[in-house]
Amino acid sequence: MTSRGPSEAGPRLRTQLLSYSVPALAVLGAFAIGAVMLAMLGANPFTGFWAMAKGAFGSGGALVETALKSTPLLLVGVGITIAFRASVINIGGEGQMVSGALASTIVALGMTDVPAAIALPLALGAGVVGGAIWGAIPGALKAYFGVNEILSTIMLNVVAVQAMNWLLRAPLIDPMEIERGTRIPQTARLPESTDLPLFVEGGRLHIGPVIAVLVAVLVYVLLWRTTSGYRLRAVGLSGDAARYAGMSVERNVVWALTLSGAMSGLAGSILVLGSEGHRMVTDGSTIGFTGSAGFNGIVTALFGGLHPLWTIPSSFLFGGLLVGAIALQRAAQVPTALVLALNGLVVLFVVSLDRYRRQVREREDRRISAIATSSTEDDESPKPLSREDDDDG
Amino acid sequence: MTQLLEMRGIVKRFPGVVANDRVDFDLRAGEVHTLLGENGAGKSTLMNILYGLYQPDEGDVLIEGSPTPITSPIEAINHGIGMVHQHFMLVPTLTVTENVAMGAVTSKRGRMNLRVVADRIRELSESHGLAVDPDAYIWQLSVGERQRVEIIRALYRDVKLLVLDEPTAVLTPGEVDHLFKILRQMAEAGRGLVFISHKLHEVLALSDRITVLRHGRVMGEVTAQEATRETLASMMVGRPVRLAPDKPPLEPGRARLTIRNLNVMGDRGLPALEDLNLSVREGEILGIAGVSGNGQRELAESIAGLRKPTSGEVEVDGTDITGSKPSVVRDAGLAYVPEERQRDGAIGAFSVSENLILVNHNQAPMSRKGFLRNGEIRQRSRQLVDEFSVVTPGLDVPASNLSGGNLQKLILARELSGSPSVLVASQPTRGVDIGAAEYIHDRLIEQRGSKSVAILLISEDLDEVLGLADRIAVIYEGRIVGEVDAEHADRQKIGLMMAGVSDTGD
Repeated sequence: MTSRGPSEAGPRLRTQLLSYSVPALAVLGAFAIGAVMLAMLGANPFTGFWAMAKGAFGSGGALVETALKSTPLLLVGVGITIAFRASVINIGGEGQMVSGALASTIVALGMTDVPAAIALPLALGAGVVGGAIWGAIPGALKAYFGVNEILSTIMLNVVAVQAMNWLLRAPLIDPMEIERGTRIPQTARLPESTDLPLFVEGGRLHIGPVIAVLVAVLVYVLLWRTTSGYRLRAVGLSGDAARYAGMSVERNVVWALTLSGAMSGLAGSILVLGSEGHRMVTDGSTIGFTGSAGFNGIVTALFGGLHPLWTIPSSFLFGGLLVGAIALQRAAQVPTALVLALNGLVVLFVVSLDRYRRQVREREDRRISAIATSSTEDDESPKPLSREDDDDG
Repeated sequence: MTQLLEMRGIVKRFPGVVANDRVDFDLRAGEVHTLLGENGAGKSTLMNILYGLYQPDEGDVLIEGSPTPITSPIEAINHGIGMVHQHFMLVPTLTVTENVAMGAVTSKRGRMNLRVVADRIRELSESHGLAVDPDAYIWQLSVGERQRVEIIRALYRDVKLLVLDEPTAVLTPGEVDHLFKILRQMAEAGRGLVFISHKLHEVLALSDRITVLRHGRVMGEVTAQEATRETLASMMVGRPVRLAPDKPPLEPGRARLTIRNLNVMGDRGLPALEDLNLSVREGEILGIAGVSGNGQRELAESIAGLRKPTSGEVEVDGTDITGSKPSVVRDAGLAYVPEERQRDGAIGAFSVSENLILVNHNQAPMSRKGFLRNGEIRQRSRQLVDEFSVVTPGLDVPASNLSGGNLQKLILARELSGSPSVLVASQPTRGVDIGAAEYIHDRLIEQRGSKSVAILLISEDLDEVLGLADRIAVIYEGRIVGEVDAEHADRQKIGLMMAGVSDTGD
């Protein structure tokens, strides 16, 4: 029997502990620097952070706000995870959210007399399709014309915003706005049948967060339990080996960006259908609509280790940071921009700690193989592995 | 004879491994002393210590009897130590003269006098039979010529001690003979040579003494007279080794792989294969012998569907698969063990069992309706790992943890598990330890015996081709320059063909 060495668990333990502690250490590190920044701004870091934590997680209402804020982060995050796993970089979350929201809005506006059981799934589905198209375009450009997806997804963000501004000012504008002459760029209230159901009547919490968590689980299943996900990951890790094995790298690149866009599209759709006004509004920028979730979702995914299930708590944390930022601003009189800096610091720490973790892991892998080989070759000395002696022949 | 070098009790540790464990090694003037061992046995580590690239954790280096710590390559050079690396250390855009002058100061008031250097190169190349044009640019030279430049550079610096790391890997048999003649001359002139190799017949042909390393330790020191290939191989591996697999008589069936007038472009847009014709029957191994870079890679890739031919036909088991996608070729019955096993044949970050389903994850029983069936996959993986003796700490560890030999066994297991009708094996044992190579050879012979597979063996190791193949086709510059029966094969003649001298003598 050759398949299981005696010491598999031993040396692995340290790497595993380290893996689990990376996120915690990253947050601690970021907050330590954040504390210094608060102090430099003349605020007490402890009261500041305390206010922040209470504002984000301290009450039922706070938790609801955090859950709502996390929803788009989670959906965009799992979308980003799909793309990154296939080695495609998607910076187009913003545009995909907008195009998903627009598709949802257009479909919903046409659902005046349709029962909710049909109208809502159709409206959400339209969001998925809208985002998917906005992802498929850069996907196809990359796969078949070699266009860098970072550039094309960023460009398409701009295109989506301009499309939104035009659509909401002219064809989709609420007729009342023209009648009254106020001309605020927003649609009419969408049919009630397309409202996301609320958990408590008159409350704020709708089913969006639940949908997002379900989708995250589905994406996990897709990536690790289906042949399609297997191919996406294979293409992401080694295009050469994937091609050798008969997979189409091009098709998988398109597929990855399509799925990734679909997730962001759904996020945009939920933002519209779950909004308080039940309509789509623009202030002329993407951020006004998405709250930068298309970008923050990338951070969320990275912090979640590009794993759909770990992205769930990750999105909750970043949602909490965003909600808590408002409380922090009130308590410590510091700009919310500080929270953006905290976001960035967390990412920096995650990335650099991850590098360290990989180094430790490589060292241990080497030891594991050394033990494994020597134990099966009835030889008393550990076998030096080929890493130092790669050129030996 | 004077003692040029003595290394006493050298210990070098790397995290988790002892690369050199109390190694003793010495070299006298006028001799060739070979360091023999498998990959990772510690040969390169020891020589890197000698060349000042590593510092030993314990032990002493004595040069001409006096302890001399060598802390950098410059010191090594100043002590008369030269090294010809396996990967040549030459600047392609500079001339031979400029490359030789580099690092060796021949200046007059800060200006190098290159003409003096060139004259000296001419002298050296004449007296040593190392034909090289001092004014040629490195990029214009063949691999063999580049190696001569490396040797001339060492001679120019007047080394007393020259280390040659796998110098024959890139040469044709004829070039090897010529190189050995030069090396013997250098030894007779009083220099000491350290020869690093794992090719046993070369080691026996060139060396005076042989030191065998295994797992960082000296397994023994023998003279070339008292050694045989078998004894050396078993010292390297630590157990008796069969070098030539036993082959049952040939009973070929119908042709399973047929290639007609194949023309293929290489990566640089130049023809890589020209009007190539081949046919392999089931129950037969056709060996492709040749020096690396003569179209072997392009041949394998165009059979596997990874490279589109410009014209010609490829048939796998009766199906015309010319220019088809890799998946179509596989469906037609091809199994392919690629030359670049780490790049193409496996995904390092994927687990062992994920790698075992790389080419057939879409088929039953590994998946159903698009869902992977982990239970089935694990069971099959365990079975394949056991059946092919893949040494791995587990099925879930990344494949990058496996040694070259075990990774190759994994790939072979996967490729053969689909019961192919054609197997293309490219460099199946290159860089693989002897034990695994022996195992892979046995498996290939076993497949040949099943009489349902046609095997195309592409290898730059002539011994491997001679040992396994039933017929040998020699490839040179994209053409088959000759085909011989393995039984009547003559190493000399094949060597000539590999160098482009055609069988028919045109």
